[in-house]
Amino acid sequence: MPSLPDVMTRDAAALAASAAAARPAPDDPADEVGREPVHEPTRAALVEFLTRMGDNTLVLGHRLSEWCGHGPALEEDIGVANIALDLIGQTQFWLGLAGEVEGRGRKADDLAFLRDVWEFRNVLLVELPNGDYGHTLMRQFLFDAWHVEALRALAASTEVRVAGIAAKAVKEAHYHLEKSADLVVRLGDGTEESRRRMQAALDVLWPYAGELFLGDAVDAVLAEAGIAPDPASLRAAWDATVRPILAEATLRVPDGTFAHKGGRRGIHTEHLGRMLAEMQFLQRAYPGATW
Amino acid sequence: MASVTAHSPAETQARPEIGTIRDWLAEVPDPEIPVISIVDLGIVRDLAWEDDTLVVTVTPTYSGCPATAVINLAIEEALHARGIGRLRIERSLTPPWTSDWIAAEAREALRAYGIAPPIDGTAADGRLLGRIGRLTGGSNLTVACPRCGSNRTERVSQFGSTPCKASWRCTDCLEPFDYFKCI
Repeated sequence: MPSLPDVMTRDAAALAASAAAARPAPDDPADEVGREPVHEPTRAALVEFLTRMGDNTLVLGHRLSEWCGHGPALEEDIGVANIALDLIGQTQFWLGLAGEVEGRGRKADDLAFLRDVWEFRNVLLVELPNGDYGHTLMRQFLFDAWHVEALRALAASTEVRVAGIAAKAVKEAHYHLEKSADLVVRLGDGTEESRRRMQAALDVLWPYAGELFLGDAVDAVLAEAGIAPDPASLRAAWDATVRPILAEATLRVPDGTFAHKGGRRGIHTEHLGRMLAEMQFLQRAYPGATW
Repeated sequence: MASVTAHSPAETQARPEIGTIRDWLAEVPDPEIPVISIVDLGIVRDLAWEDDTLVVTVTPTYSGCPATAVINLAIEEALHARGIGRLRIERSLTPPWTSDWIAAEAREALRAYGIAPPIDGTAADGRLLGRIGRLTGGSNLTVACPRCGSNRTERVSQFGSTPCKASWRCTDCLEPFDYFKCI
């Protein structure tokens, strides 16, 4: 589907050029600590990839945190807040490494709080509003199933820092998937009301899942270097997790392969800007505030 | 913190034995579960002298564990109090922390405190899905109630009062309890 986002695709060469222009080469902090100098196009692609990983967990973690104190049951409230905490913790690793590799002195907090919406690289799925609890759970399930496969593959990355974060995060992601899969089945194969809501959530969210598996020039560079998997390669394992669970939940998978996309290139829905307005409020109102 | 850091590092700082320092850290309690120490928990991964700076390598339990910052502060306080003026705390993620690293004595301390300890040797490789359910949901491996010892227990929620604990209850004594999750 040719659309505006395709016109705005930034290829790896352009990314490399902009990163090289913005970065003073001689005093690269990554090189200072004795690491192998990274090939420039690979470095730029790696920064982009790490930002995508960190923005996925940051935005979804923030969305989940919106349930804190409002969950439908005490256990759910605690569970969803714990998962938000895991995701925000993982964000600190991903965005922290993005800043380190970028070499411009930006920390995870700078990236989280001082970028505007078009600089965010998360998939559209995670920025969608929470909706009802069934909607939140279905979004979580579709994401978790991808997250586990992505992290499992990344744990074998040739970039040892990426592999380290993934090996840590995958253990937490397994718990997330266990919970969301369990509840999708119980609510899908539940009452007439709960089933109706879960089916409605699946119908809306399914077309947003496709973006998780769309690759671009950045992914090609990283796949070539053995740093990250080609996103499309995760689809079969994701289907093998998701479809049997949805079948057990007595839910019907929507037809069609249309995928809403753009988030990984900074083209977002209207919802993300509103979320950031709240999440970044303090830094916007009181720049540089610390405590 | 000023009172602690004002401890004025000596010009030529004595370098206590690593084993002695480890013993000191074994007295620093985990802020969330004060009956076990940070050494018992297995999060102090390495201690080493780099000239006259002590490098303490710590690994987080869960990525987002809010206790991490408090733990680092407690390590600094404890070591400053022992006269170590120059120290640096480094974070390590590899290998990722696993509940298998919790010391045997600490497991008993957890039980006595009312927290069922993790099932030993069942975590660590990340393939928890299904296995946890199999281990805790009715096989011959069960989570015993830390209060009455009964094996007739059930899980209320996989996510509990902290990231590392699940909520369980005993169907004999009817008391709720925390279970330290395997990861």
